[in-house]
Amino acid sequence: MEQKQLKRVDLIFEWDEKNTPIQVLDKTLQKTPDAIILEMIDSGLKGRGGAGFPTGLKWKFTRNEDSEVKYVICNADEGEPGTFKDREILDRVPEKIFTGMAICAYVIGAKEGYIYLRAEYNFLLKSLQQKLDKFNQQLKERQIDFSIYLRSGSGAYVCGEESALFESMEGKRGEPRNKPPYPTVAGYNSKPTVINNVETLVYTCEICRMGAEKFKALGTSDSRGSKVFSVSGDTTKPGIYELELGMPLKDFIDEFGDDDAKAVQVGGASGHCVPRKKFNDTIIGFEGIPTGGSMMIFNSSRSMYNVLHDYLEFFTEESCGQCTPCRVGCQQLLKGIEAVKKGERPPTYLEDLKKLTLTMKIAAKCGLGQSVANPFISIVDNFKEEIIY
Amino acid sequence: MTNTENFVHELAEKHGRTRNALMPILQGVVAREKYLSEEAMIAVARELDISAADVYGTATFYTFLDTVPRGRNVVRVCKTISCHMHNKDEIIRALEEQLKCKVGETTSDKKFTLLTANCLGWCHKGPVMLVNDDVYPELTPQKAIEIIQEYNRKSN
Amino acid sequence: MSKYMVNLKINNIPIAVEEGTTILDAAKRLNFHIPTLCNHPDLSVAGNCRVCVVEVKGARLLAASCATPVSEGMEVFTNSEKVRIARKHVVELLLSEHNADCTKCFKNGHCELQELASEYRYGDHIFIDLVPFKHKYLDISSPSITKDTSKCIRCQRCVRTCAELQAVSALAVVHKGNHQTISTFMDKPMNDVVCTNCGQCINRCPTGALYERNYIEDVWNAIYNPNKFVVVQTAPATRVAVGEDLGLEPGHRVTGKMVAALKKMGFNKVLDTDFTADLTIMEEGTELLTRLKKALVDKDETVKLPMMTSCSPGWIKFQEHMFPDLLPNLSTCKSPQQMFGSLAKTYYADKINIKAENMIVVSIMPCTAKKFECNRPEMRDSGFKDVDYVLTTRELAMMIKQAGIEFDKLEDQHYDSILGESTGAAVIFGATGGVMEAALRTAYEIVTGKEVPFANLEIKPVRGMDGVKEASIKIKGAKPEWSFLEGVEMNVAVAHGLTNAKILMEAVESGKTNYHFIEIMGCPGGCIGGGGQPIPTSPEIRRKRAEAIYEEDAGMPIRKSHENPEVVEVYKDYLGHPCGHQSHELLHTHYVERKRY
Repeated sequence: MEQKQLKRVDLIFEWDEKNTPIQVLDKTLQKTPDAIILEMIDSGLKGRGGAGFPTGLKWKFTRNEDSEVKYVICNADEGEPGTFKDREILDRVPEKIFTGMAICAYVIGAKEGYIYLRAEYNFLLKSLQQKLDKFNQQLKERQIDFSIYLRSGSGAYVCGEESALFESMEGKRGEPRNKPPYPTVAGYNSKPTVINNVETLVYTCEICRMGAEKFKALGTSDSRGSKVFSVSGDTTKPGIYELELGMPLKDFIDEFGDDDAKAVQVGGASGHCVPRKKFNDTIIGFEGIPTGGSMMIFNSSRSMYNVLHDYLEFFTEESCGQCTPCRVGCQQLLKGIEAVKKGERPPTYLEDLKKLTLTMKIAAKCGLGQSVANPFISIVDNFKEEIIY
Repeated sequence: MTNTENFVHELAEKHGRTRNALMPILQGVVAREKYLSEEAMIAVARELDISAADVYGTATFYTFLDTVPRGRNVVRVCKTISCHMHNKDEIIRALEEQLKCKVGETTSDKKFTLLTANCLGWCHKGPVMLVNDDVYPELTPQKAIEIIQEYNRKSN
Repeated sequence: MSKYMVNLKINNIPIAVEEGTTILDAAKRLNFHIPTLCNHPDLSVAGNCRVCVVEVKGARLLAASCATPVSEGMEVFTNSEKVRIARKHVVELLLSEHNADCTKCFKNGHCELQELASEYRYGDHIFIDLVPFKHKYLDISSPSITKDTSKCIRCQRCVRTCAELQAVSALAVVHKGNHQTISTFMDKPMNDVVCTNCGQCINRCPTGALYERNYIEDVWNAIYNPNKFVVVQTAPATRVAVGEDLGLEPGHRVTGKMVAALKKMGFNKVLDTDFTADLTIMEEGTELLTRLKKALVDKDETVKLPMMTSCSPGWIKFQEHMFPDLLPNLSTCKSPQQMFGSLAKTYYADKINIKAENMIVVSIMPCTAKKFECNRPEMRDSGFKDVDYVLTTRELAMMIKQAGIEFDKLEDQHYDSILGESTGAAVIFGATGGVMEAALRTAYEIVTGKEVPFANLEIKPVRGMDGVKEASIKIKGAKPEWSFLEGVEMNVAVAHGLTNAKILMEAVESGKTNYHFIEIMGCPGGCIGGGGQPIPTSPEIRRKRAEAIYEEDAGMPIRKSHENPEVVEVYKDYLGHPCGHQSHELLHTHYVERKRY
């Protein structure tokens, strides 16, 4: 399998004085929307929020919808445990996000854009609003009919799911919708909507600055470009790092681990747990294990039962509660591992629970319930003894 | 009109009276009053011409839209995995001792409510807590107590 | 316009259906049954129970068939291994948070979850019983509706009913995750919120989480008590529906059998709410004409028009909460049930020489709000509680079964007299538009001395299931005392279901309408779709019940309320004339403003 060595990249936070975001915008708006879409598709950029949908296609579908009103929304509801990169981006280079949104608006024909910021990041609101006011003013000066507004969440992990985010913006409970229709057809206010993650929007700005060619020279054929990783847990270097995609997990651990790593949770609570023995042949990227950026390292002092218990508690509380597999399934998994630990249920009960997660994976209404199988199966399979004893 | 009703009315004037305005209005009330009282939710329902149960149902979905009384300062200690790994339990214990109340409770002088929260997004700098909207990463029990003392002074 | 057709295969069988059809409906056409819980023909699609999942070839996820439209070339499997495992899991998960004390449950035998569980034959439960961890709350505050959260499976049918059909939203989904539940504002008791007691939520609750407050034992006790004289009245809509709970198809008219059953059960007298429905027409028709005269001739500005009907207690409570400014527009007439109660314990008790205090009046109603109505403090004009117990159509069916009566083998019997005679005008009270039609039949004739100008007395514009219906009748040939109405175009409107009522009330409030008379029924379809009627309900079932109502009317020898001989007699003997002093004492009421919030 194609792979890259661990290599640090500096795109996201880099400030190019000769190509400031607003200059990138001016330059990009010289091109036709179709040309920009082609460049996005050509770059191979996939969504950085975790699901990995090709950004160029998302823009294209929305552009093709026949509607007077369309929206661009920046998903800044970063709630995945172990992920904190969007906060840094919002804090340090918000102009790049605004620019990405303005380019998208130009491409699809939107007049309004929204940034949905999680309530936990409310301390960013003030400075973000100031920078946004300036940016909106710059748009006005250029007679660009587009403005960006800030919207706040109020503490609900599931609102990171795009249709739940729309519901929340519409003043309702953040319960994910049935799909189809997809956001490109009926998103916010039931209008065609592009919703992109914070980091994705910055990359769209970067691709417009540097060109698709330079971007796709990074990474592998399935995972073009670089990605911002949030590194935490038992690491010597906790923090945020932009790395080329497609590296083996082994390289990553050599760089960030504390020489005692027994497992890495790739992709946050909803991601996969990779045990030490699989570090060598695990690729970080869409061909291996994709991630929204969370890399949490556990050393031998950690109980993987506690890790799984924490995750399940998280999902039990943060499930929106509307669909059966997720609402009840999460409770059963949590109570189930507790019962096995206490000896109230036999170890074989873990197999029943694994089957349940497979049902959740295909029958839950949204990505939250569908992804609980990832941590559950990967932790139970690799650390069964720790769960039982 | 009572103070709360007046305030809700102002918020509705500012944000509009469509359903889309519900979240900003509720957030505005919580920012000022720390929680959504029965009176406030009724006022919101009336302004937006929706049912009170709908307002309550929406509010209770969101962790930060409390519908039970809260102190003037709301402390939320992150309880999720990496803060757990970095001893959030000690922070909570220290705060419980300092505030003389348990998680979920409000101090008798109504100055503080102590809560836990799911991932606050500071996993590389845990343990972390929010006091109202302000964030305090890389806590030690001692640091946490000092922060609370500072808020205590400020709210005198 | 013909719609685009989509070709797909379900379980390898090709079918073409219109674009936009759901997989569920497409499968139905091929007679593949896919189980559902959160889906209901009267409500928007939720797609949250996940019982109806199916496999679509090539898709990573199973699709909720109720929420997924077909697409070209789709290959669907409704009973593959994956589907079966998932469905079993979903049902078992629901069972794990459901208080499955089925043998003690009021809905035992009428529970969709129980049916599914029996289909899948769950032996040992795999999963942990979550019920002990749940906050249990049995809410018996309401005289109409009992709410048991331990039975709730969170399908949200009740919430959608309350919002979409009734525009009330007394019920809402609250909290999230493991704490998510269905509740009221601030989790208040049902009796303390804006609930209208219409019971439409009960009609759509798949389990025993919502059911009527039942008075079956109280009624049996009264029957068995030798010191009590127990009189029963039956509402118009019960006679076209009770059969559904006793093995008959929807739309079966069982008036005579119902009377026979009630007599067998031991009621001392079996009488008819239809009698007081006719009486209502006399009172309400007269009230309308009086209001018109005061408004048009005397220019009395205190008289409010349009006048609105007051038969439906769910509608009355809705109006008290939502449109208190329009309360003066409500007719002051009591509902037929309450007119019956106050007459029974006065006029009738005297006639048959029974002391009112020894009389128990029981109502069989298609309605749960009637249980609330009979408990209103205003409803004691006889000096006693005018109506003692209200049973729903469903409760009656249970009692018939308990009594060991083979319903379909019963010979038809007649209502007792007096207070048992009725007309076709009375029976159509059971369907939306019926009160209006009955009122027009009588009022037009009072004014002109001639029958309404509609073939066979059928005022078709006010019939049918449109949400809001309008009609105009030009008055020609008014008698001298009604000459001010000569040439007047009488404008009337009819709405059923409280969402439609709200639309109509908002129009009235806007001042842009010129109606003289409005009929509102709180429930979809009128009383035939009442909250106390047999479950299930659907547009199709309600249509059949309404057809039966109109057949009943067409078959009656007398079809105009003012020709009911017992009505004529009661005025002559006792009441004097419509809207006279005695009527005001016994047959009219007033309303109270209630808080919307």
